Amino acid sequence: MPPSEPMIIFDGVEKRFGDHVVLRDLDFTVAPGEHVCLIGPSGSGKTTILRLLMTLEKVDAGTIRVGGECLSHMERDGAMVPADEKYCRTVRKRIGMVFQQFNLFPNMTVRGNLIEAPTRVLGLSKDEANVRAAELLELVGLSDKIDAHPTQLSGGQQQRVAIARALAMRPEVLLLDEVTSALDPELVAGVLNLLRDLGASTDITFLCVTHEMGFARDFSDRVLMFDAGRVIEDAAPATLFTAPDHQRTKDFLHAVIDRT
Amino acid sequence: MPVWDWGYAFQVLPQLLRALLVTLEITVLGSVVALVLGLVIAVVRRAHVPVLDQLLWAVVEFIRSTPLLVQVFFLYFALPRFGVTLSALTVGVIGLGVHYATYTSEVYRAGIDAVPRGQWEAATALSLSRGRTWTGVILPQAIPRVLPALGNYVISMFKEVPLLLAISVIEVVNKAKELGSATFRFTEPYTIAGLLFLVLSYPASILIRRLERRRAAV
Repeated sequence: MPPSEPMIIFDGVEKRFGDHVVLRDLDFTVAPGEHVCLIGPSGSGKTTILRLLMTLEKVDAGTIRVGGECLSHMERDGAMVPADEKYCRTVRKRIGMVFQQFNLFPNMTVRGNLIEAPTRVLGLSKDEANVRAAELLELVGLSDKIDAHPTQLSGGQQQRVAIARALAMRPEVLLLDEVTSALDPELVAGVLNLLRDLGASTDITFLCVTHEMGFARDFSDRVLMFDAGRVIEDAAPATLFTAPDHQRTKDFLHAVIDRT
Repeated sequence: MPVWDWGYAFQVLPQLLRALLVTLEITVLGSVVALVLGLVIAVVRRAHVPVLDQLLWAVVEFIRSTPLLVQVFFLYFALPRFGVTLSALTVGVIGLGVHYATYTSEVYRAGIDAVPRGQWEAATALSLSRGRTWTGVILPQAIPRVLPALGNYVISMFKEVPLLLAISVIEVVNKAKELGSATFRFTEPYTIAGLLFLVLSYPASILIRRLERRRAAV
């Protein structure tokens, strides 16, 4: 991938669920190492963008490229056809995702959650994967929980483990889908601080959907404001939060910031 | 002649116990067929492969909507006309196993459906293969949930083995009938046969209820 090429490219992407158009003719790019937050009202298509990148959904039109590779389509006999499951699996290894509901595997310990994909997918030995797991748990401050089961952890702890699990795959892109929305209020700050530290200490490209405006403001290089499946404003946080262009953005920020 | 002859009862008991072993053998082998085949059906149907899915649906519905006895008769008396001759024991195992697989497949399906969608998505996000997602993530969560229901079907199957006397399998009830016919004393052998079923199925169902309660507590 040439150094100047964006890490993520959405080109004319459209996504429909039945008759409902969730994303229409969406274009945007994210540079390598950039931190981008997606904000906007519920149902504006933010989460769908992350799900398309994780190949949990398929595009109806347009293309998505990640790290120089096409994610939505593959080449077959000289023509571009929609990507199949096998192709998706190779490309999405570069992408990690953390979910609102954590989605840890409850049938495994914390250690099992952390070494599962590195051993099964990346082919690491058990020892290598265990070393990596221990390092990551230290990073997220849960070294003492390595043999715990997810159900024994608080929501905040589960989300830290989920972040460590995603990092264990050494992703180039990390997708964060409202990762603090399901947490008790007093646990939110800990997770957000962990993400701030990660953002400062790694060169991972972050794409986050969030309702935490304070976090969006100090974590991101750029903020995209969504409404009805379109980006209506794309600006540095300093600009977007203090002097938004659009009335819709102003209304949204008023509503969200007044609430908190 | 007394209603109940203890001497005769003790005399037939060993033979009935030996026949009970046949009943147990059929139950165990039939359960293996039912538990494995049911799981395969449930997993394959989840993939929603166009034609295969409708075909499996039709077969499952057909088997569930026709009496087990008719299926057993078909396997035993009609299949030889197509050149497939199976022993009565084999017919018993296959007949019960396949019949019950249609029930266990529904049980597994319920267990699989109960695993939250987020588990599938997390497995996808970690690039786990389809096979590993099933064996490492989905089934270890789905199967423990449905163990009590599966256990109940095994007990039901155990109690349906005597139906195989229709094709002359010498299981415990058929043995009791044989002994009775020879001596014209039916009370003792049939009573003992019934008690043998009770002695095995009642503790088993208590065990399953305990398992159910333990799972509910988790």
